[in-house]
Amino acid sequence: MAEVEETGKLMFADLSDVSISGDIPVQGEINVPVGTPSQDKEYSTLDEPVKDTILRDLKAVGKKFVHVMYPKKSSALLRDWDLWGPLLLCVTLALMLQGGSVDRKDDGGPQFAEVFVIIWFGSVIITLNSKLLGGTISFFQSLCVLGYCIMPLTVAMVVCRLVLLGGSWGFSFIVRLIVVTASFSWSTFASTAFLADSQPPNRKALVVYPVFLFYFVIGWMILTFSPSA
Amino acid sequence: MASSDGNKNTEPWGGFDDNIIQGTGSAVIDMENMDDTSGSSFEDMGEMHQRMKEEEEVAEEAEATEEETGEDGEFLGMKGIKGQLGRQVADEVWQAGKRQASKAFNLYANIDILRPYFDVEPMQVRNRLIESMIPIRMIHFPQKIAGELYGPMMLVFTLVAILLHGMKTSGTVIREGTLMGTAIGTCFGYWLGVSSFIYFLAYLCNAQITMLQTLSLLGYGLFGHCVVLFVTYNVHFHSLFYILWLVVGGLSTLRMVAALISRTVGRTPRLILCGTLGALHMLFLLYLHFAYHKIVEGILDTLEGPNMPPIQRVARDLPVVATAAMNATVKTLGVILQSQ
Repeated sequence: MAEVEETGKLMFADLSDVSISGDIPVQGEINVPVGTPSQDKEYSTLDEPVKDTILRDLKAVGKKFVHVMYPKKSSALLRDWDLWGPLLLCVTLALMLQGGSVDRKDDGGPQFAEVFVIIWFGSVIITLNSKLLGGTISFFQSLCVLGYCIMPLTVAMVVCRLVLLGGSWGFSFIVRLIVVTASFSWSTFASTAFLADSQPPNRKALVVYPVFLFYFVIGWMILTFSPSA
Repeated sequence: MASSDGNKNTEPWGGFDDNIIQGTGSAVIDMENMDDTSGSSFEDMGEMHQRMKEEEEVAEEAEATEEETGEDGEFLGMKGIKGQLGRQVADEVWQAGKRQASKAFNLYANIDILRPYFDVEPMQVRNRLIESMIPIRMIHFPQKIAGELYGPMMLVFTLVAILLHGMKTSGTVIREGTLMGTAIGTCFGYWLGVSSFIYFLAYLCNAQITMLQTLSLLGYGLFGHCVVLFVTYNVHFHSLFYILWLVVGGLSTLRMVAALISRTVGRTPRLILCGTLGALHMLFLLYLHFAYHKIVEGILDTLEGPNMPPIQRVARDLPVVATAAMNATVKTLGVILQSQ
């Protein structure tokens, strides 16, 4: 037994500076840090009722909507970004824009996909552009801001739909034009308030132009929407 | 059996390995988390070496157990697929594949390589837009062509937006595909395709121009197209379009042609290169204009007959008031110009 131990020690002698050999006990303390509220929260959110989870997320989304409606230079939208709001707005807009074509059996399907693709790929391209120009905002934060700022345009869509339901034709066009123009400039201004801060000061125009184009395209789609009667 | 399946890398020190890079997401998404050592594994060579050794040891163990159980004379080859060795090999192949894919993705999807081409000021962009309509007559010395991608990309997207506007107001119905897809495909296809073609011809004709410069040159040439289409999709006179086509299209073509001539030697190469570019540029504008209102003309011909007002576009939504007002304005302008 002692011989085996000795040969064992000889075999492992050159490794003794690399690892601790088995007969020296390791001393120390293992502490579970007490101040980890996030860990506690994680465990407790699993047990809470689903209603609470949904309400909490809805409240967060609603708070961000309020921030968009009154755009001040706050960082709440940027700090806790989420993509629920943009998804909701995008799907609502795409659903409302569907079924407004001249020839229903050809264009009914692709219009939902068209709007969806325009919004998401447009946002991705604007984000890439702002990152390439030296922006400090992250990818998903930018997607979040651009998505939430579609809200005025969605409101304009609802108003346009209501105006088209009744009312005379020539007058309704002027009203819709005014509403869409106002909401499109509101969207651009709101997203600029959040995005432009992350850019070097002399390049703000370079970042604002694609955003302007993006909301212009969406606004144009809303303006030229006419439900097939 | 050789234990070569444990080492899939060609370099003796183990090659790049992506598992140790922090935040192994794509470079696009995690750029703000990238530290300076990402992509370079020299600092962690020791760790990697250790892991490679462990993998080899595990593979050797697997082989050893297989060889042991095979000593009773059975042919173990096919049993190996379901056995320990088979699993090991499959795992190694999967890991190697994943490593290669991550390497390729991080190499090609890294948008940092495009960063220097977007380094512009708004003043520079504005100046270049205006200069794209002014041909420069200096052809004995290579003209300076800006190598920038921000302006061309924004112009392509603006062209897409204008095309969409034109398509919607002319009631274009696209059977297979979407309006957006057609517009994007047309514009980007022209920009990228014709730039590559011109670069290829320039290579054949021995012209001193790089791919970036052809992309930039053609991109800025689209500014003329944007202006012409924006005007003629709203005010629709055939003669107005032809005048604008010649003047604006011609100016931007001359600018591009002069830049190319200054970088090419010899009469025939110059002719080939500039002839091709000029033809493609002008024909593209012609195509963009006529492809999207011919449909409406056809419909109106059958409906109304030969007596048609000058403005023939029937927009889907814009009321008759707007087109009548535009008709009246342009007619009065024409009368005033004629009387002078």
